[in-house]
Amino acid sequence: MIAAEFPYWATSIFKLGMALAVVLAPAGLTVYLYLFKMVSFMQSRLGPMEAGPYGSMQLLAEVGKWAQKEDIVPERSDEFVYKAAPYVVLLSTFLLALVVPFGPGAQFVDFDTGIFFALAVSSVSVVGILMAGWASASKYSLMGGLRAAGQLIAYELPLVLAVVGVVIQAGSLNMQDIVTAQTTGEIFGWGAIGNPFIITQFVGFIIFLIAVQAELTQTPFDMPIAESELVSGYMTEYSGFRFLLFFIGEFATANIFAFLASVLFLGGWSVPPFVMDAIPGLAPEVTGLAGALNGTTGAATASFSSWFNLLGPIVMATKMLALTFIVYWVRFTFPRFREDQLQRFAWKVLIPLALINITVTGVLKVVF
Amino acid sequence: MALVPGVIKGLGVTFGEIVKTVTKGAATVQYPHEKEAPPPRARGVIALLEENCTACMLCARECPDWCIYIEGHKTLAPPRRAGGNPRSVNKLDRFDIDYALCMYCGICVDVCPFEALFWSPEYEYSEPKIADLLHDKSRLGQWMETVPEFESYEAGAEVKQKKVPRP
Repeated sequence: MIAAEFPYWATSIFKLGMALAVVLAPAGLTVYLYLFKMVSFMQSRLGPMEAGPYGSMQLLAEVGKWAQKEDIVPERSDEFVYKAAPYVVLLSTFLLALVVPFGPGAQFVDFDTGIFFALAVSSVSVVGILMAGWASASKYSLMGGLRAAGQLIAYELPLVLAVVGVVIQAGSLNMQDIVTAQTTGEIFGWGAIGNPFIITQFVGFIIFLIAVQAELTQTPFDMPIAESELVSGYMTEYSGFRFLLFFIGEFATANIFAFLASVLFLGGWSVPPFVMDAIPGLAPEVTGLAGALNGTTGAATASFSSWFNLLGPIVMATKMLALTFIVYWVRFTFPRFREDQLQRFAWKVLIPLALINITVTGVLKVVF
Repeated sequence: MALVPGVIKGLGVTFGEIVKTVTKGAATVQYPHEKEAPPPRARGVIALLEENCTACMLCARECPDWCIYIEGHKTLAPPRRAGGNPRSVNKLDRFDIDYALCMYCGICVDVCPFEALFWSPEYEYSEPKIADLLHDKSRLGQWMETVPEFESYEAGAEVKQKKVPRP
C-alpha cells in the first residue's frame, strides 16, 4: 500500500510504538469495559463514574496512584531477582504480541512456526512468577509461586494440545496460513462463511479457553493468588510500579491470548467470504486451494487486499472483545477450584479430552 | 459432566444481573449527586429543644460513652400563676454532644423526661477536624428545624392529663 521505503530506525520506532499500543490499549480497554464496568453491573452497581465520562479515565487515575507509591523491597529478598521478576512476566506478554497477525502485512514477525513460538514464549511468564515467588523471601509468595508453576505447567499441556487440532486442520504452523485456511475453507462445499475452526474444533476451542483461563490465573483457577489463604500469592510483597507491571502483564496477556484464540478459531483478521464478495476489490485471489483440499500440498495461499491491514485490526479487536468478555464473565461468576481439583481437572479431564480431539481430527483429516 | 448444567446456570445468573442493571438501573445511588431520603425516624443527629431542658443530667448519666456534657445553674423564673412565688429553675449554660464519641444508641432521647432531645434524620455533618464534631447547644438547637413531624409512638393512646397546665 505504501511504496516508500523507510529507514531502519523509523520502522523500529514505529514497531516499538505499535507494540506498546497492541499490548497496552486493549488491556486498558478490557480493564475498563469488563473489570470495572461489567463486574459492577453483575453486582447491580455502576462502577467508577467520577473520573471522566462514565469513569472512563479511572484507569489513568489508578496508574497514577500506583506510580506514586513507594517501591518496597523486602529486607531479606534477593533484590536483583525480585526487581527483575515483573519485567520477565511482561517480557512474555510482549513476545506473545510479536507473532499475532492483525492483517496480511500487519504483523511484527511472520514466523513459519508462529503458533509454536507463541506457545513457547507464553511459558516464559512461569519463570518470572517463580522468580517473584522465590525472591520475595515470604512464605505466601513462595507458596503462590510454586502453585503458579504447577498450575501453569499443568495447563500448558491442554493449551498446546488444543492448538494441535487446529494445526492439523490448517496444515500449517504459520499464523497467516491458519487465517487463510479458515477464510478459504469450505464446509462440505459451502464456503459462504469459510471454515472458522470454532465449528470443526469446538472441543479444542473450549479446552483452549479453559486452559487460557488457567494460564492467566483468572478466578476459577486463581489458586496461586488465592487471597483467603495466600494474601496475594507471588505478588504479595510487590507494591507500586512493580505491582502495576504484574497487573498489566496479567490483563495484557489475557488480550493477547484472546487475539491468539481469534486467529486460531474465529478466522483471525479476515472477514467471512460472503462479506468479502459483497464488497468489490476485497475478495482474495486464491491459489493452490485444490491442492489444499486434496491434502497433497500444504495450505492454500491467497493474496489479500492490503485494505485488510486497516480492516484487520478492527476485526481482531471485535473478536478479542467478544472472547475476553467470556474470560471475564467466567472469572466473575465462579468460585475458585481447590488445588487438588485444579490439578485433577487438567490431568484427568482436559488432557485426555485434548488427546481424543487430536486423534479424531487426525483421522478425519485423513478420511476427507 | 454432571456439573455442566450448573456451570451454565451460574453464567446465566450473572448475565441476567448485567441485563437487569443495564435495563432497570443499579441498586446503588450515586451519593454526592443523588441522595436517598432517609426514613423519618432515622438516627442521623440529635437535636436539642433548649426550653424543655431542665439540666437534670439524666441523659448525660445514661450515655454509654459519656459524650454529653451539661453545665447549668439555678435561677428564678416568673411564677406560673398570677400572685404566686417565683419558681426556681435550672438554666442551661452548656449542653454539648461529642459526635466523635456518640454511638447513636438513642438512650439519651429515650430517657429525657421533658421531651428536650429529638432524633433528626440529617447525616451530613462530617468535619475535617475531629474537635469540630463537638456540637454545642446552639448547633444542637439548629438541628431542631430538621426534626420531622411524625406520628408519635403511642398514636391514639389516651393523653395523660398534666397536673400543671403548660402554655
